[in-house]
Amino acid sequence: MKLLTHNLLSSHVPGLRPGGGFPLRIEVREGKCEGRDPPETPPVPAPPSPLRGRGRLVEIPLLPFSLPPEPLPDYEANEEFLRRLHHVLLEVEVLEGSLQCPDSGRRFPISRGVPNMLLTEEEA
Amino acid sequence: MKKLKLKELESCLQQVDTFENPKLLLEQYPTRPHIAACMLYTIHNTFDDIENKTIADLGCGCGMLSIGSAMLGAGFCVGLDIDADALEIFNSNIEDFELTNVNMVQCDICSLSDSMSDTFDTVIMNPPFGTKHNKGIDMIFLKTALQMAKTAVYSLHKTSTRQHIEKKAAEWEVKMEVLAELRFDLPASYKFHKKKSVDIEVDFIRFSAKKVLN
Ligand SMILES: C[S@@+](CC[C@H](N)C(=O)[O-])C[C@H]1O[C@@H](n2cnc3c(N)ncnc32)[C@H](O)[C@@H]1O
Repeated sequence: MKLLTHNLLSSHVPGLRPGGGFPLRIEVREGKCEGRDPPETPPVPAPPSPLRGRGRLVEIPLLPFSLPPEPLPDYEANEEFLRRLHHVLLEVEVLEGSLQCPDSGRRFPISRGVPNMLLTEEEA
Repeated sequence: MKKLKLKELESCLQQVDTFENPKLLLEQYPTRPHIAACMLYTIHNTFDDIENKTIADLGCGCGMLSIGSAMLGAGFCVGLDIDADALEIFNSNIEDFELTNVNMVQCDICSLSDSMSDTFDTVIMNPPFGTKHNKGIDMIFLKTALQMAKTAVYSLHKTSTRQHIEKKAAEWEVKMEVLAELRFDLPASYKFHKKKSVDIEVDFIRFSAKKVLN
């Protein structure tokens, strides 16, 4: 699971506040990181609008560096920031671990790089 | 990126491994490589909705449509399916094809509602038709897809449901265009079917994602 995918996911435990269940907390047991920071290649694809709901860059344990806590105001024109973002979103991968719902605490396992967001029948 | 010819795309897609023990209730059957290649080729060449785009594949199964999209230069592709066994096969396909811009998520499309609004440029899918005690699931997939897509949704639907879909599309204020009429030979569903497979008529439809959903 790349972090671009993580950025799209939220938990669907019933009864969360509106807009809840996001961002999921990432716990990594095994991960990998390709490319370099900052990558030399241009940010292709420049993720069109990778930052759901703006201002919600999450804390990511794998990162070899830190991103600003919020996207910079002019980030679409900021090459350096885009490169870093590209690296973070598309070159860092979580293989084993879990995603934890920030509201309910429910953990969703990630195995072989695939997060399992299914709820059990009792939960749903 | 090198231009892939339609024939080349089709023969690549023939290498995609598909369901080992297809689950009838989930309507698990792969899109045939020929049909998948034609669909993707049209989406790419006529509408330019693949190259460098973010793409979701709802009910991705073993990944036929995602893998094809990736081969045509998709920026990033996410396949979503409820079934772990199918995703396992998808995963090994990704390894075989050495694709790095495809991800998978195990989830129930029916529980997503609008939580992923406007997150992908394009949604491509071959959804369950809702013929296996899951009536209406095709429309849930479609509605969810329209919510997720910023530009367009490409989907397959039984021709017999076209009127109903047109009505819904008008209600949701999305434009729909039937791009092709196909014939599918689906694995026969029940043991008492005499024939091995049944032919059904299927529409390949493009919806533009303008939305007044809900
Ligand atoms: C007709 S198959 C298409 C498979 C694949 N997209 C292809 O083109 O080869 C439909 C897929 O939808 C999946 N599916 C069925 N119900 C689902 C649900 N509620 N949520 C997510 N996926 C579902 C099945 O597991 C199956 O893989």
